[in-house]
Amino acid sequence: MSILFYVFAGLAIGGAVGVVMAKSPVGSLLFMVTTLAAMAGTFVLLEAHFLAAIQIIVYAGAIMVLFLFVIMLLNLGHDYQKDLRGGAFAVLSFGVIGGIAGLLARQLGATGSLSGPGAGAIDAAIAEHGALGAIAEPLYTTYVVPFEITGILLLVAIVGALVLAKREV
Amino acid sequence: MLEPIQGIPALIAMMLKNVGIFTLVILVVAYATLAERRVSAFIQDRRGPNRVGPFGLLQPIADGIKNILKEETLPATASRFFFVLAPILVLVPSMVTFAVIPIAAPLPTPWGVVDMVIADVPIGILWVLAFSSLAVYGVVLGGWASNNKYAFLGGLRASAQMVSYEVALGLSLIAVLMMAGNVTLTDVIWQQQQLGMWFAFPLSLAFILFVISAFAETNRLPFDMPEAESELVTGYHTEYSAMKFSAFMISEFGHMVTASALMATLFLGGWDLPGAWDDAYWYNGILISGFGADGAAILAQPSALKTLLTFLGFGAKTGFFLLVYIWIRWTLPRFRYDQVMSLGWKVMLPTALAYVMLVAMTILLLDELGVAYGFGYGLALTAVSGAATFAFMFFLDRGRTITGAAAQRTQRVEVKTIPTKVAATEAGATPAPAGD
Repeated sequence: MSILFYVFAGLAIGGAVGVVMAKSPVGSLLFMVTTLAAMAGTFVLLEAHFLAAIQIIVYAGAIMVLFLFVIMLLNLGHDYQKDLRGGAFAVLSFGVIGGIAGLLARQLGATGSLSGPGAGAIDAAIAEHGALGAIAEPLYTTYVVPFEITGILLLVAIVGALVLAKREV
Repeated sequence: MLEPIQGIPALIAMMLKNVGIFTLVILVVAYATLAERRVSAFIQDRRGPNRVGPFGLLQPIADGIKNILKEETLPATASRFFFVLAPILVLVPSMVTFAVIPIAAPLPTPWGVVDMVIADVPIGILWVLAFSSLAVYGVVLGGWASNNKYAFLGGLRASAQMVSYEVALGLSLIAVLMMAGNVTLTDVIWQQQQLGMWFAFPLSLAFILFVISAFAETNRLPFDMPEAESELVTGYHTEYSAMKFSAFMISEFGHMVTASALMATLFLGGWDLPGAWDDAYWYNGILISGFGADGAAILAQPSALKTLLTFLGFGAKTGFFLLVYIWIRWTLPRFRYDQVMSLGWKVMLPTALAYVMLVAMTILLLDELGVAYGFGYGLALTAVSGAATFAFMFFLDRGRTITGAAAQRTQRVEVKTIPTKVAATEAGATPAPAGD
């Protein structure tokens, strides 16, 4: 199991580095798919099968295809390279990474473990309801209002995107 | 001994299943290509390939040798890495999806009971959806990396079509999942055994929607827009030759085999044969064949003969759907691209959504009325779904929904406005028959 974890973790980090380093945008995208798929693999190792499936279906499967569309249809040449390299962006990205690493280190230092509280409760929920029920049960009972509001928000976003796109054409 | 197989024997059984099932899938794919050519010949009143071996049975092997020995071409302007990567990305998902489909009843061995499925993962059907959504990458990448306009257009069409029909596919699955109460395919089969009828009857409209979407997902006629020969040469694999082209072909047939097996599993009971004699399910660690009148579990009696018979049943159902795939390809003409899109978004999606609501309400009503999950439950749902299917068929009548027919109506209006002089010259000619 731990060997598999190192394989997936290596793939995820390697893919993430590749996203930044790759020369062509399509290469970057495929590296990003690698990262997302490797993260799905680590989710499986954590017994979060449903999350892994959703990770692939939603991120790797649907959104990345749209990204691919954008890159191909815009037909980016070589004028994109200087935009995101060096200067303020480098400082900003290192700042964000540093912030996340700091938060993780704080958690590790305080509790000696990176998993939050309630890991046992999640195990119990999975044992009782199965891989899907453990997520579906709270999602459709305790958190049903925020969940539905998120749905409406996304719908509004879609309608807004359509309206904006129509105006261009 | 009704214990699940454990330890070293389980590992060996796992390896045997892996090798056995994937070899079987590859073999079926190879012979599906032959079947396609023979059935198309039969439909067109020809003989088809019958020279290599008895009845042409060695034809797939000859094809394979030919494809391996052919020259691999690489277009000068193609991006080499992605060009080679694309066939691999297409091939892998089409094969891997078969891992979650149970092919027969559990097999008893001296070391324990072996489930006849490679991996009964807890996410079941989501595994299939995940990998079928990854299959788009290979197609798009192949089209783009070829650096050829036809290939690129084919790739774009393929991705648009597959993304669109994935929605209807997923929604038609929801009805099945509501009946099964779980996403693993063993559970879907078990619930069909418990219901006493296969889901094709109580969920008839979901069945139809699933079959249509699966045709679109596999890019088969009448949805083979991505490789429409008359417009795009052969679409996304225009520039591919030899074994790389073969990889695209194998993956198309692999998708067909997997989709056929899925239709059989979800809607025709998988390996289940009529009657309760072959039912088997792991319930709290024991293999049962059902519940008695007092709610006590009845132990299953697995045997090698039952496994063999159920495997043959599964093979027959899958083979039937494969035949339907081929049959439809040589019967129906290709859709126009805008028709494919409007069918997907304006017909399939709303119908699937409405049907999910209908099934949910019916299930809720039946549960509230206290109808036990069994044959009567199934009959009630069959009646409701039958009415929905009839309405769907009525409104999907091609005169109403497909834009070609709508265009005909506007033309008819235009004909009326033509000056009498022109109309008089046309009156002499026999009127063209309506395009049926």
